[in-house]
Amino acid sequence: MNLFKKKKIILFLMFIMFISLSFAINFDSGKVIGLNFIKFSKSMLSILPAAFILIGLFEVWVSKEKIEAHMGSGSGIRGYLWALILAGPTVGGLYVAFPIAQALSKKGASLSVILFYISAAAIYRIPMTLIEFSLLGVKFTLIRLLVALPLIFISSIIFGNFLKKQNYQILS
Amino acid sequence: MILLYSFLLIILFISFLVDRQKTKKAIKIAWKGFMKLLPPFLQMLIIASIVLLFVSPSMISMVLGNNYGGLSILVGAIVGSIVLIPGFIAYPLTAISLSNGASYMASAAFVTTLMMVGFVTFPIEKKVFGTKVTIIRNVISFFIAIIIALVVGVFFGEIF
Repeated sequence: MNLFKKKKIILFLMFIMFISLSFAINFDSGKVIGLNFIKFSKSMLSILPAAFILIGLFEVWVSKEKIEAHMGSGSGIRGYLWALILAGPTVGGLYVAFPIAQALSKKGASLSVILFYISAAAIYRIPMTLIEFSLLGVKFTLIRLLVALPLIFISSIIFGNFLKKQNYQILS
Repeated sequence: MILLYSFLLIILFISFLVDRQKTKKAIKIAWKGFMKLLPPFLQMLIIASIVLLFVSPSMISMVLGNNYGGLSILVGAIVGSIVLIPGFIAYPLTAISLSNGASYMASAAFVTTLMMVGFVTFPIEKKVFGTKVTIIRNVISFFIAIIIALVVGVFFGEIF
């Protein structure tokens, strides 16, 4: 175990101690942080195992050739459509989209398509969209969703191509 | 959530019936991936819970509701970039802010950056994209959110 990892574990233990102490001496701010932490952990830990098992199944069952053909650099507009379809049912938030992006990259999806997927997962998650329609109104939601599409499409292509020229690789 | 996990169990079961070895490998990959990203996830959770102390939902509602004119877009975008709150809290919060007089453009900036720009998710994104690309991606997303908010502002007659 390297020093960097040790430091992180010590920091985490200190955080836990701080929270416990806050509850012991009734330190309100510390208690709020602790309750926030528990609330966040609960919602995230309920999603993450499912997300990672799906990624695992994806890695063993979906061939590299398939993803390369459908989402690779030669896939054209189809790759972006697939990214959009994948983004819809993504649950959670960006923190789930990042590991999925990593898995897609391993299978040969192009950078621009992956960047587009990340943005699309931020904007076009179906459950969120439904909540937005019902709470913020059809007009507001439609403008937001429609204006976003060309913006994230063009920016993903430009940014992806720029990174490709620099021989950038997604970390694994 | 129950739906998600029942679906997952069914496909895991099918996968297991078709190929045991592959399914075992999939679970191994899942476990390894989870453990690898667990430290940055914990880091993210700690940052998020501290940030939420300083920028509480009631404060967000107040800030969005204040009338800063054109600046309100920027304020909404900055607040949305900093905090991480799940959608089922964020949307009702935004709806309440709107009925309390928040502008549609500030709300659009807030909702969009909330989902697209992640100060708090930085530790995870860094592990996937590296520091430099993470920063550029977030900056681009921030500007996209501003453009979206401006268009919303125009359509709701809040600017021009």
